[in-house]
Amino acid sequence: MKNFAALTRMRVQLAFRNKMFFFFVIFMPFAFFFLWLGLLAKGIPARCAFYLGPVVAFNVMGSFWGLSATLVLFREQGILRRFHVAPVTASDLLASSIVANYVLTLPIVALELFFARVVFHVPSLGNPITLFLLVSIGIISFGSLGLVVASVTNTMQETQVLNQLLWLPLIFLSGATFPLAYMPRGVQRFGLFLPATYLVNGVQQAILNGAAPWSRYVEILSLALWACLTFFLSAQLFRWEPEAKVPRRAKLLVAATAIPFLLLGVVENMSDRVLVEARTALERFDSGPSSRPPAMGVPIRPPANAKPSGGN
Amino acid sequence: MANAILQVESLVKRYGEVEAVRGVSFSVEEGEVFGLLGPNGAGKTTTVEILEGLRTLDSGQVSVCGLDPQRDPDALKQEIGAALQATALPDKMRVIEAIRLFASFYKRHRDPQELLKRFGLDDKKNAFYSQLSGGQKQRLALAMALVNDPRVCFLDEPTAGLDPQVRREIYDVIEELRRDKKTVLLTTHYIEEAERLCDRVAIIDHGKVIAFGTPRELKARSGGTTRIEVRLSQPASDGILKSLEGVVDAREVDGAYVLHSQRPPQTIVSLVKQLEAQGNELVSLEIASPSLEDVFIEFTGRRLRD
Repeated sequence: MKNFAALTRMRVQLAFRNKMFFFFVIFMPFAFFFLWLGLLAKGIPARCAFYLGPVVAFNVMGSFWGLSATLVLFREQGILRRFHVAPVTASDLLASSIVANYVLTLPIVALELFFARVVFHVPSLGNPITLFLLVSIGIISFGSLGLVVASVTNTMQETQVLNQLLWLPLIFLSGATFPLAYMPRGVQRFGLFLPATYLVNGVQQAILNGAAPWSRYVEILSLALWACLTFFLSAQLFRWEPEAKVPRRAKLLVAATAIPFLLLGVVENMSDRVLVEARTALERFDSGPSSRPPAMGVPIRPPANAKPSGGN
Repeated sequence: MANAILQVESLVKRYGEVEAVRGVSFSVEEGEVFGLLGPNGAGKTTTVEILEGLRTLDSGQVSVCGLDPQRDPDALKQEIGAALQATALPDKMRVIEAIRLFASFYKRHRDPQELLKRFGLDDKKNAFYSQLSGGQKQRLALAMALVNDPRVCFLDEPTAGLDPQVRREIYDVIEELRRDKKTVLLTTHYIEEAERLCDRVAIIDHGKVIAFGTPRELKARSGGTTRIEVRLSQPASDGILKSLEGVVDAREVDGAYVLHSQRPPQTIVSLVKQLEAQGNELVSLEIASPSLEDVFIEFTGRRLRD
């Protein structure tokens, strides 16, 4: 416990001395936040409220980039070996990176929520407890995903390729960047197999509908279970030595991280609950309870995307 | 051995098809500086990393401070200190932070400030790791190896890649450890380092211990002879060098001839005569008292530096 606390402090301290940290963890999320709420939502409060969930989820999901890159860098440079010869365990190191990342990311999310209220006049942040729970579990679970990525890649190059391969579907097919309800039906169905979709939907429902924690139990429990599974796997697959290669069984074990959302995806595809919620949220903000006309500027025509016309 | 704090018996380690360590045995007594001397790839680092608990062994037995590194890694790590090869700290970590962080991992630890002073890093304590020179990084590594006041200290090639002056600085530090009666296991491929710093040395090659003893004992194997190394303009004919006056051993190593002579002046005179008679010429000649390298050449026919 003492080691874990000392390592966490170190990680936070090092983050503040790292230019990359400022760019990726502070600048990028805020740039994305102001871009989406200011330009895409045109600063219209009700629209901002609609986009706030996805923007927050996007920021939370970004956790896995930094964690995977740092761990691989530490391994490649032989930094992990130095810890290995001291009485430090893999769990100490992994848990400290998760907690340090949490401590660093949570204030950014809090600031985004604050700006949403103060700058963009978002009428309500919905249910703060649900929001807090989902954001917290989201930061931890996507952070753990980063640790798994670091465990199954041998070099920084491989890590960045895998990060990209995960990142693109996670942000584009989950509703984190563009509302799920705009997407073709097939994409929406595929989205239901991604953890990101549940984070986006959960956070959005908490903000828009003030959903209570127990009404979002599917999102909360599935992400929490996934966080435990990914963290456990990252500890199992942890390698101290730069030259230690990924064992073959590791690749099989990693497939296990997909199981919870594969199962949930099947169930949710049958019930359509998430898709209906996403569509309702979009329709409501499209017809807009706002004092200003909501659809001003950006053309939002869900059916146009949902049913692509034949020629294109 | 009654006071053996570190024991290695028939240690074997394979990496796939390659046997890196092939039945190494030795023991180190409390308070001695013990050297593993050998060329790169001889199996020194693998042996040390097994003792530190960083690698698993394939067969044999090892014990450090009475503990089995594989069964008791946590207890072991409290008792040992290590300066590893191929290691680093995060670039933006300050020297004092590194020492304090590692001190916090141990039940028993020394005062970080005092350690920095002792290793001449006091004025660098607020510098980032990335701002340190090679020698300073190595001194920090040694300071960190001692942060828990370890019973056994492993120094793996502590001077590799450092320039001669910095190397001497590190020697001073290790000599100080010897005066403090610290148990040190040192690996090196520098003859000078082993001769100067170690109480006892095991010479290791291709994963096997080929000779073992104090530097003096090992050198005495050369029978009190003087080493004469010559280069000739044409190859010498077989056996001719061995028949020179006073020569007890002669062999070709990398195009040069290494002779061991009991009567150097006579040997040189007869060598010059022989060469003249054959129309051969002396290109260079070096005379030295025998070193551990001669022991290595005697066993392997190769130089250590290869």
